[in-house]
Amino acid sequence: MLQSREDLYSLRPIITLKKVVLLSSIMSCVLLMVMVLSLIVGTAEISLKQVLGLIQGTLSMEDPARLIILKIRLPRIILAGLVGFALSLGGVVFQAILRNPLADPFILGVSSGSAFGAVLGIIFGFGFKLGIPVMAFAGALFTIWLVMTLGSRQMGMESSTILLTGVIINAFFTAIIMFFISTSSDSRLHTMLFWLYGDLSQSQYGQLVIIAPMVLMASLVLFGLAKDLNILTSGEENALQLGVEVERTKKLGLLIISLIMGLIVAFSGLIGFVGLIVPHLSRMAFGADHRQLIPIASIGGAIFLISADTLARTVISPSELPVGVITAFLGAPFFIILLKKKGSQWSRS
Amino acid sequence: MEPVLTLKHIGFRYELAWVLRSIDIQVHAGEILGILGPNGSGKSTLLNIMDGVLTPQEGEVRLNGHNLHDLNRSAIAKKVAMVSQENHFRFSFSTLEVVLMGRFPHLGRLQFEGKKDLDIARDALSATHAEDLAQRSIHELSGGERQRVLLARALAQEPLVILLDEPTSFLDLKFKREIFRLIAALSEERGVSVVVVSHDIDLLSQYCRHLVMLKQGSIFAEGKPEEVITTSNIETVYECPVMVDQNPVSGKPRINVV
Repeated sequence: MLQSREDLYSLRPIITLKKVVLLSSIMSCVLLMVMVLSLIVGTAEISLKQVLGLIQGTLSMEDPARLIILKIRLPRIILAGLVGFALSLGGVVFQAILRNPLADPFILGVSSGSAFGAVLGIIFGFGFKLGIPVMAFAGALFTIWLVMTLGSRQMGMESSTILLTGVIINAFFTAIIMFFISTSSDSRLHTMLFWLYGDLSQSQYGQLVIIAPMVLMASLVLFGLAKDLNILTSGEENALQLGVEVERTKKLGLLIISLIMGLIVAFSGLIGFVGLIVPHLSRMAFGADHRQLIPIASIGGAIFLISADTLARTVISPSELPVGVITAFLGAPFFIILLKKKGSQWSRS
Repeated sequence: MEPVLTLKHIGFRYELAWVLRSIDIQVHAGEILGILGPNGSGKSTLLNIMDGVLTPQEGEVRLNGHNLHDLNRSAIAKKVAMVSQENHFRFSFSTLEVVLMGRFPHLGRLQFEGKKDLDIARDALSATHAEDLAQRSIHELSGGERQRVLLARALAQEPLVILLDEPTSFLDLKFKREIFRLIAALSEERGVSVVVVSHDIDLLSQYCRHLVMLKQGSIFAEGKPEEVITTSNIETVYECPVMVDQNPVSGKPRINVV
């Protein structure tokens, strides 16, 4: 019985552009529905009729729902979508380049490295528009370099070494951030705490117009690397032999991911496990081909984080949880199950 | 006729000590060249130099008249395919997907595999008797099945030369024979040149027209199996007492460990 189920699982037709476009469109429709749904859900009562009315332009200008939807919920939902999209995309690319299904920007310490950069930026008094995101990007890049250098052994990347390196780097940066928080003046304290928990409530349209084009551009470039990433997952030597320019692909991939991780962390803080859960589920459902995985997991990440954030702002309403708490609640057990179930297979080299 | 692949006076070192010294090898169209030698004699390094993954510090490799150093990875992959021992599929690709990866060097960056590529992949799978595996996940395959699939992937590259690094290690007798018979059939029917590194000296003796025997990074002997596989050569290179006689069926040299 088990055999036949596995046969079904791996029975996948060849990937075509048509199929990728179709699946992405379906996922985008789901995303839109989730967005509308989470506009309705919340502490203040908003009805579907009011949301539809707003879209059609029939909602009265004085209706308080207008303000809540446009000024509070919508920017937050869009930010959640973009952050989830980017985190999941980051997970997919990390997993391919490090050839490790457990790699994720949060677990590898890239998020906390990025947060460390951002905190330094705050201490130096840099601005939110440019200085802090640049510092966060530098932090992300530095951490990736550190993980790759400390965790790699010549050609292969040993699963456990990489993960341990990530855990250590994570602990180290978190400690540094805590140190800065403990020694800094009160006024800056709140701004810094923000990075440790992951919070989407500060979203403004001004940030969104920076993040959205960057994230979309990154995903397009990475989609162009999809076939290279497919082959890269079977080993670097193998990839060279099949005609992949391995060094260039790795560098470009990691650079782009560092860039958007820096950006994302600067605006949303540390949100874990999205890049682990969503790519894994997408791979289970649609296979490992990155031409399909990149769009599906990215849109899936947006759906996931919007849902998680909706939960975060409703579960103890009228109070709110940082969304990082929700993703960690779901993600940590998921990680342990993956590690226990597939650990032996993945560590085989 | 000009050889497909020429190694001219190759010298290679990882750090200070030379791993290969003054290697001259020519691979001709459609021939099966066997490389043998004890562990650490530089066999795998030699294969990696032949497909440009490693760059030698001395000498040059010429592929079809071009210096290998001047070609980019995909230009090399269109001409040279490698079946190496290093294959870790971390994610569950299907066998067909793996074979289609062999089409990578022939496709544009955003181009999807078309009917032609699918036909080539199917053809390659049938040449290695692996059609039935097409829809299985690469994770579910046995060692022999996986080796056949990787050979099919190499064929899908439509190369001039296929390099095989110990294709029969971990395989039982039946699969060892099958892989070598496949190699022989491919070179005969498709005119592909094959360079095979192996510890199965008896099989190399049976299936290769030309052998190169390495000892500590240098060519110790080369020529026909009868010239290379002799009692004194094997005893010197492998430091192991043997007696070489003839395989009663094929008449090729055969090793008896004593």
